[in-house]
Amino acid sequence: MSQTRLEKRFADLKEEGRGGLVTFVTAGDPDFETSLEIVKGLPDAGADVIELGMPFSDPMADGPAIQASSLRALRNGMTLSKTLDLVRAFRQDNQDTPIILMGYYNPIYIYGVDKFLADAKTAGVDGFIIVDLPPEHDDEFCIPTLDQGLHFIRLTTPTTVGGRLPKVLNNTSGFVYYVSILGITGTAAASDSAIHDAVARLKAETDLPVAVGFGIRTPEQAANVATVADAAVVGSAIIDTLKENLDDDNQAKPGLSQAVLEYVRTLADGVRGSRT
Amino acid sequence: MTTPNSYMNGPDERGHFGIFGGRYVAETLMPLILEVEKAYDAAKADPSFQKDYDYYAKHYVGRPSPLYFAERLTRELGGAKIYFKRDELNHTGSHKANNVLGQILLARRMGKKRIIAETGAGQHGVATATFCALFNLPCVVYMGATDIARQAPNVFRMKLLGAEVIGVESGTGTLKDAMNDALRDWVTNVEETFYIIGTAAGPHPYPVMVRDFQSIIGREAKEQMREAEGRLPDQLVACIGGGSNAIGLFHPFLDDKEVAITGVEAAGFGVKTDKHAASLTGGKPGVLHGNRTFLLQDDDGQIQDAHSISAGLDYPGIGPEHSWLHDIGRVNYASASDTEALEAFQMLSKVEGIIPALEPAHALAHVTKIAPDMDKDKIILMNLCGRGDKDIFTVAEALGVEI
Repeated sequence: MSQTRLEKRFADLKEEGRGGLVTFVTAGDPDFETSLEIVKGLPDAGADVIELGMPFSDPMADGPAIQASSLRALRNGMTLSKTLDLVRAFRQDNQDTPIILMGYYNPIYIYGVDKFLADAKTAGVDGFIIVDLPPEHDDEFCIPTLDQGLHFIRLTTPTTVGGRLPKVLNNTSGFVYYVSILGITGTAAASDSAIHDAVARLKAETDLPVAVGFGIRTPEQAANVATVADAAVVGSAIIDTLKENLDDDNQAKPGLSQAVLEYVRTLADGVRGSRT
Repeated sequence: MTTPNSYMNGPDERGHFGIFGGRYVAETLMPLILEVEKAYDAAKADPSFQKDYDYYAKHYVGRPSPLYFAERLTRELGGAKIYFKRDELNHTGSHKANNVLGQILLARRMGKKRIIAETGAGQHGVATATFCALFNLPCVVYMGATDIARQAPNVFRMKLLGAEVIGVESGTGTLKDAMNDALRDWVTNVEETFYIIGTAAGPHPYPVMVRDFQSIIGREAKEQMREAEGRLPDQLVACIGGGSNAIGLFHPFLDDKEVAITGVEAAGFGVKTDKHAASLTGGKPGVLHGNRTFLLQDDDGQIQDAHSISAGLDYPGIGPEHSWLHDIGRVNYASASDTEALEAFQMLSKVEGIIPALEPAHALAHVTKIAPDMDKDKIILMNLCGRGDKDIFTVAEALGVEI
C-alpha cells in the first residue's frame, strides 16, 4: 500500500532529523472565515500536522480554553458538516499537510458513521482522534475508519499501564498521541523526565511515531518535547492567543489570524531548533 | 425484536442493554472503570459487604421504608387504590442514600481517599456529603450555578456536612454541566478519587451498580405489598430524570408480566416546546457521559439544554436501561409538565399531609390522571422518592408567594 499523507509527513520529519509540531485549533472558532484563514496559514507558520477540533457541546476531556472555543464556534453556527467544508476548502491549495479531526463521538454517530467516513475522506481528512472511544468500542468507529484507509489515532495516558498498552496500541495507526498528564487539556505540564520515560516505554512497544501533548505552552516546552518525541502537540495555548484577539462580543478583532499564526511560528522555531 | 426470557439479565459483559449503555470514556478513565467493575463484582460476592450495607441501611438510613396506603388520596381520586413507597422518609430525605451507601462502601474497599459527586437538585450531593461525614472522607460536590441558585437550602446543607460545593458555570450551569466537571475532576485525580455517580447512568458498571443498590426499593415494596394486599400491584409509577429511583422500583418487577410499569419524565413547559426534559419522548439515541442512551440533542448531535421546574429531573439524558426498556416496550414512558407537578405537589400536601419533592410530584401528577379511570380493586404503587422541604422556595416563587 502506498504511504498515506500522514505517514509521509512523519517519514519526512525523520529524514530531516527533527521533531514535528502538531497544532490544534477548533474548526469554526471564532467563525468559519477566520478559522479557515488560520488553518490555511498554519503550514507556512510551521505546523507539520493540523489537528482540527470538531466542536461539541460537552467536551468532557477539555479544559476551559477549548470548552469556550467549542462554544464560540457552535454559537456562530458551526456544525460537523461545515467542519468538513473547512477541510475541503483547505485542500484546494494544500495537498501535503495532514489534517486530523479531533473530538467526541456523538456528532459523528448522529451524522452516521459510514456517511461521515465517506464524506471526510472525500474532503481530505487523514485521520481521527475520538476522545470517548476506547478500544472497547473499536467496532463502532475505529475499524470502519481503518477499512476506509484513514487513520485512527489513539490517546495513551499515564494510566495506560501493564497489560493495557498493547490493547490500546492495537488498531492505532498514523501515530500514537501520548497525553502527558492526568487531567484535561490546557492545565498542568509534565516534567521532561516523565515525558522522556513515557516515550521510551511507548517506543519499546510500537514502531509508530509518538506525539506528546496536553500542557505544552511555550516554544521551549515544545522544543524539549520534540527532542524526545516525534512531535509536540500544542492546543490550548494557541486558543489562548486567539482569545486575546477577540472583542467583547467574542468576534475576531482585525489581525487575529496573523497573531495566532505568529505565535505558531514561535512554536515552530522552537521545535525546529531543538535537535540542532 | 425478540422478547427476552427475562428482562432482568442485562447488561451484557460490555455493559450493554440492547444497543444502549457501554463505556464511552477517555482512555485516562478506562483502567479505573475496569477496576471499579472488578471491585464491584468482588464486593457483590462478599457476604461481609452485604452485611455492612444492611447494617447502615437499617440503622443509619432507616430502612425498610414504609409502604403506605394513601386512603384519603384514593377516596379523592375515586378509582384505584394508591400506595406510596415512602423513600422520602430515608435519612437525607430521598432514595439517593440507598446508592451512596453502596458506592461509598465500595470506595472504602478500594482504598480511595477522596469522593466526588455531581448533583442537580442537591439530593444526591446531600446524601454523598452525609456519608462522607460519616466515614470521614473529603467530599467535593459539583453543582451547576443555576441549580445552586434554586436549591440554596441543599447547598447550605452540604456545606454544614463538611463538603466543598463547586459551582459550575459552563454550559447552562445544570446537572449535565456538573457531570462534565465531575468527570474532568476524576480524570485529573483518578488515582485517589472515587466518583459517586448519583443516577443509573454513566459508563458501565455505574448503571448496573446504581440499579442494584436502588433495587432495595422494589424488593422491599414487593414483599410489603404481598403482606398488605396478598398480591402484586397492577401498576407501578415513578418519576424519571436519570431514572435511579424508577429503575430501583421497577427492576424487581420486570418479569412480573401482570404488573404494568410507567416512568414519568419531566415535560417542563410541554414536550412540544423546546423547554422540557423528556429524553425518551423528545430525544433520540446518542452518546454522552459514558453511555449510549436517549438524549435531547439537535440535528448536529449537540446536546440541548433540558428544562424542568424540578432540578433533579433537569437532565438531557436518561439511564441506558430505561432506553432499552422503552425500546422493547416493557415499560411505558409518560410525562408530566411543570404545572401538573406543581398541582400534584400542593394536592398531596393538603390531602395526605405529605409535602413531596417536585420530582415525585411528576409521578403523582400521572397517578392523578390514571387512577380515576381504574377500577377500585386495582392497585397503583408509586415511589415517593423524595421529600419537598428543599423545594418550598421554588414552589413559593412559582406560585407568586413571598416567604
